[in-house]
Amino acid sequence: MGNMPSAVKHCLSYQQLLREHLWIGDSVAGALDSAQESPQLSGLPEYVKIVEVGPRDGLQNEKVIVPTDVKIEFINQLSQTGLSVIEVTSFVSSRWVPQVAAGATEISVFGAASESFSKKNINCSIEESMEKFEEVVKSAKHMGVPARGYVSCALGCPYEGNITPQKVTEVSKRLYGMGCYEISLGDTIGVGTPGSMKRMLESVMKEIPPGAIAVHCHDTYGQALANILTALQMGINVVDSAVSGLGGCPYAKGASGNVATEDLIYMLNGLGLNTGVNLYKVMQAGDFICKAVNKTTNSKVAQASFNA
Amino acid sequence: MATVKTAVPRRLVGLASLRAVSTSSVGTFPKQVKIVEVGPRDGLQNEKNIVPTPVKIKLIDMLSEAGLPVIEATSFVSPKWVPQMADHAEVLKGIQRFPGINYPVLTPNLKGFQTAVAKKLYSLGCYEISLGDTIGVGTPGVMKDMLSAVMHEVPVSALAVHCHDTYGQALANTLMALQMGVSVVDSSVAGLGGCPYAQGASGNLATEDLVYMLAGLGIHTGVNLQKLLEAGAFICQALNRKTSSKVAQATCKL
Repeated sequence: MGNMPSAVKHCLSYQQLLREHLWIGDSVAGALDSAQESPQLSGLPEYVKIVEVGPRDGLQNEKVIVPTDVKIEFINQLSQTGLSVIEVTSFVSSRWVPQVAAGATEISVFGAASESFSKKNINCSIEESMEKFEEVVKSAKHMGVPARGYVSCALGCPYEGNITPQKVTEVSKRLYGMGCYEISLGDTIGVGTPGSMKRMLESVMKEIPPGAIAVHCHDTYGQALANILTALQMGINVVDSAVSGLGGCPYAKGASGNVATEDLIYMLNGLGLNTGVNLYKVMQAGDFICKAVNKTTNSKVAQASFNA
Repeated sequence: MATVKTAVPRRLVGLASLRAVSTSSVGTFPKQVKIVEVGPRDGLQNEKNIVPTPVKIKLIDMLSEAGLPVIEATSFVSPKWVPQMADHAEVLKGIQRFPGINYPVLTPNLKGFQTAVAKKLYSLGCYEISLGDTIGVGTPGVMKDMLSAVMHEVPVSALAVHCHDTYGQALANTLMALQMGVSVVDSSVAGLGGCPYAQGASGNLATEDLVYMLAGLGIHTGVNLQKLLEAGAFICQALNRKTSSKVAQATCKL
């Protein structure tokens, strides 16, 4: 490596550095004084729940079809990491009974803040979709099965472009009102930036308590962690992510998709926020699934650590 | 995590003890941000392939066309240690100097400095300190603490941040710095330059991704993103490598 400065050869081994500061969840990464814990950033929640969407959202958007036994092994590995919520699979038909019969203990319904996206993605208008979801969610509630509501295109639509915060609020309120316990606001094409995230959340939080809101940021334009930080600063404490950043963006060929769980945990650990998740084990699960789908990880933390 | 760049005497090294102090409000942003483009120096320096002089010159010219106000052009160091920068004199001679754009050069030692800079500037001292997260391990909380401490000694208007994206934290860290009042950010077109300390890891924050965020925040940079993307595509082709910019990846037509 002709360009490598000679000083590099004498520096601390990278793995040693990582072990000292990063793997232990309770110490703050990169703290200047290792004996002193960095005071928590004011205004941030104490605990952040990570919703791992890799096995569903992630794999759904990967080209390589993954055999069932690999999926099961993958999910089992994720279950060992401390992640409290793992989105397991998807029953795309509108008839939800088979899901529950098959053992599902929670269901999700997917709405959109864009009419065009709703029509193209689920073949019906927003209003029609809400009516269908209402049936599903109410029946699920009746059976004691909680329902999570998703709102796609919360910060922009691949067909309509700009989406108003008011529209996102309207759809979110509808889903919350029909009984969804949590509303995950999705930046489906990753076009959002901290400013648009803030404006959208300000609007939604007028109608829905922050405790019932999650953010689902895509990293298509590299904005995901900055947008998530903004959401955390506003009091949101549930974040969706996918191990290894699985799943490209179906709307922009070659673009990246979900934010990588490893990179998210790294940031949350550094902020001193409790997640209950073991970063190293998540990285192992990520390494496993990347080998299985024959692709390189989209996680920068994984890239920095596994090659060192 | 915070390493003041001692390699650049033009940027002042002045830091006393570090005390974590809480600042007042978080959430307001500067109206304008100056982007310091370090791709041609920091970026190329950490790329394996040596880039011919005409390619370096063309890259810098394209970046000038894109409107970047500051472009770190080259480094006056011994070619024995940094072969990529061996052509520093030709590069400086060959580039077009756009009016209103600064082209600073890295001068790690007095010898290099005397070669590159007039005496007059030396007596004025350094106008800016760029705080570099060299191995990219920082996270927003640590950035905030570090800046709070530094801002006790140096006015925020004289501070810049230089975040590496080794752990994917660069943009979030930069956002935190902006919230603290920093209005100068270093970045590298296409995210050029890997991290020499962790093989396979990424290095600099990609200028395209930074500009995308700042534009979304309504912060003025004077940079034309389209032209910047063209410059990034050009140098990636010359280096035979893929871009590290997500914006470039998303807008790339395959």
